[in-house]
Amino acid sequence: MKVGVITFPGTLDDRDALRAANAAGTTAISLWHNDADLKGVDAVILPGGFSYGDYLRCGAISRFAPVMEKVIAAANGGMPLLGICNGFQVLCEAHLLPGALTRNKDLHFLCRDQKLVIENNATAWTSDYAKGQEIVIPLKNGEGSFQCDDKTLATLEGEGRVVARYVGENPNGSRNLIAGISNERGNIVGLMPHPEHAIETLTGPSADGLAFFTSVLKAMVK
Amino acid sequence: MAIIVVEVMLKPEILDPQGVAVGAALPRLGFTFAKSVRQGKRFEIEIDGQPTEQQMQEIEKAAATLLANPVIETYVVTVQA
Repeated sequence: MKVGVITFPGTLDDRDALRAANAAGTTAISLWHNDADLKGVDAVILPGGFSYGDYLRCGAISRFAPVMEKVIAAANGGMPLLGICNGFQVLCEAHLLPGALTRNKDLHFLCRDQKLVIENNATAWTSDYAKGQEIVIPLKNGEGSFQCDDKTLATLEGEGRVVARYVGENPNGSRNLIAGISNERGNIVGLMPHPEHAIETLTGPSADGLAFFTSVLKAMVK
Repeated sequence: MAIIVVEVMLKPEILDPQGVAVGAALPRLGFTFAKSVRQGKRFEIEIDGQPTEQQMQEIEKAAATLLANPVIETYVVTVQA
């Protein structure tokens, strides 16, 4: 099973995402933003960073990168797609997920270990977690405040599409403490914190993030 | 030559922490007039001649797809002679 990780100009976390996918037992394939095809991958990760320098709005220019046309079509067809941090911002800008990520409420760039609760373990990326499981993975962003209108928020909550929520104090002003959401089908997930930085205790605060990458292996084998 | 101006603002219901920070800095400098501040973006797009109706439609489309994110922002298009 092959998982593609897209590198845009300005992407930072592609190496860790590739490493996490390999550690989970999938074969990680590096994809370039200017690629016209997906090299036969079965799932795609949009990693964190500052693609295109975050110019205009975070993710706004990446959304129109040549590779994204194929990614959007494949994801609409059911291919598992995970956007982490900047990748989540790209998914919102591409309208694959509702809402938007705006400047953190206190304007600070946050970089810390963050406790989350997994609210939905029925997505392609979270089936190896228990519902209600608490995990600790790094959070590092300047624009991570999830915003949407009341109707969208009610839909996300009503359909159980909040995938992960911050535990404790709201770090960035996100509505309903939302850290991650999914599309209706559950194959597309956007997450602000970084599971790829927490796949082993040697380099991360925990190994809690690994299950995102083992979950998708299970989803693809199914 | 004309300049098409696209002004983009966060929707009123979206929190604007940058505007709040600027609003908090003003009275520290002795400027006490501001009730609130909101910060936006302004794009100036230069074109040859006066814009045609079709160009204005294209600019509207560009504003809605790229320059502004309609999920959180509003925009206004005007033409400067």
